[in-house]
Amino acid sequence: MEHSLIQHSIIILITLTSLGVVFGLILAFANKKMAIEVNPLIHIVEDVLPKGQCGACGYAGCMAYAEAVVINPDVPPNLCTPGKDVVAKLVGELTGKVAAAVEPRIAQVKCAGTHAKAAKASEYDGVQDCVAANLLFGGFKSCKYGCLGFGTCVKACPFGAMTMSEDGLPIIDPDKCTGCAKCETACPKKVISMMPIGAHVRVNCNSHDKGAVAKKACSAACIGCTLCVKQCPHGAITMENNLAVVDAKVCMEKCDNPACLGKCPTKAIKPAVLGVVPGSEGNVA
Amino acid sequence: MEYFTLFMGAAIVNNFVLARFLGLCIFFGVSKSLSASVGMGMAVASILTVSSALAWLVYNFVLIPYDIMFLKIVVIVLLMAGCVQFLEIAIKRYAPALYEMWGIYLLLIATNCIILGVPLINATANYGFLKSIVNAFGSGVGFALAIILMASLREKLQYADVPKTLQGLGISFILAGMLALSFLGFSGMIPL
Repeated sequence: MEHSLIQHSIIILITLTSLGVVFGLILAFANKKMAIEVNPLIHIVEDVLPKGQCGACGYAGCMAYAEAVVINPDVPPNLCTPGKDVVAKLVGELTGKVAAAVEPRIAQVKCAGTHAKAAKASEYDGVQDCVAANLLFGGFKSCKYGCLGFGTCVKACPFGAMTMSEDGLPIIDPDKCTGCAKCETACPKKVISMMPIGAHVRVNCNSHDKGAVAKKACSAACIGCTLCVKQCPHGAITMENNLAVVDAKVCMEKCDNPACLGKCPTKAIKPAVLGVVPGSEGNVA
Repeated sequence: MEYFTLFMGAAIVNNFVLARFLGLCIFFGVSKSLSASVGMGMAVASILTVSSALAWLVYNFVLIPYDIMFLKIVVIVLLMAGCVQFLEIAIKRYAPALYEMWGIYLLLIATNCIILGVPLINATANYGFLKSIVNAFGSGVGFALAIILMASLREKLQYADVPKTLQGLGISFILAGMLALSFLGFSGMIPL
């Protein structure tokens, strides 16, 4: 049959629309008729969660956690780290479970190796990504534990709490950081780790190299001299493999005067003050 | 007799998975477990039959008379997407254990090449209505046969000493290739 263009177009329009409508109606009818009982509490709980789909709770997204916490009596209501106490309490009320206090955490970058301070071992001219750079002999820095500065962590943050500074270190916004630990997983050097909010000091170095080697690689390195260990009266600092490690809980509970800060020869130990405007020395990162 | 030849042709001689290499995604994805494969085989067979029938009807009573055959792919995609979605709703209600076993693969078959290919071939091949249904059902049975064979083999593979590099999909592909080779023996018996 010969049809003009207009006739053809109208026929096509009518055919496809009516097919779509017919199938739409069949499916809508089937959906109603064959619907299964889904516990409505699951949707209410899911509404309360922050919906960043970060997986910090250990489940595949917020809906999966909502299902688990409603259906399974053993799942605690305080697993949502970004939600903090507010969400934990709400979820606890909704599901009738008791919520233990969520320990609020924040990410810290354990590296002070800016472009000025850290020595470069080679010129890197490849894919501008930390994982890629790490594949080539552990990166272009002399210190094989340090931050490479290409921002893989910044891209991984689902809450937009990170930016890359000019010096090559990521800066964390303490107001936006929810402690979900996505940046920690993304970092190939494991330079970022989660720190409980309220700790007094933190060690701004990730290097396990011996003193002389570490100092040569970066002027802000922890050289493992153990001066801080000896200085702390509460035993909150220990030396693990040439790197000082602060036990944040002991430090928070017992310390009223951080004497360790004054003793560090390289200033690798820094005060963990939140809310300070990022500068080169005092930033949270 | 003609119908029997058609059925055997679609199911074994020109098996859609092993001779025509369609539907491999479902084939490799679901064949890890025999029980899931049996269910998936049945689901694919039923979807193919239903959507082929619908596709034939729409093609011959709507597309050809109004001279819009060029829309066949779009229309068949619409039909099969509707069928698969309907099947998902029905299975979720009547066989939730099967639904859990299939997981994501049920939605994958909604846009799989075999689910598009069989209705398309049937609609455009100038068969009568009954012949095209037999053809579609034969293809479905052939798919079910192939996936059940594969699943049984893969379950046996768990006890075999597979080299580390080939574990998982590697050895499955090799195995599927061998299966296809064996089905090659049927070729030419019933021409397309």
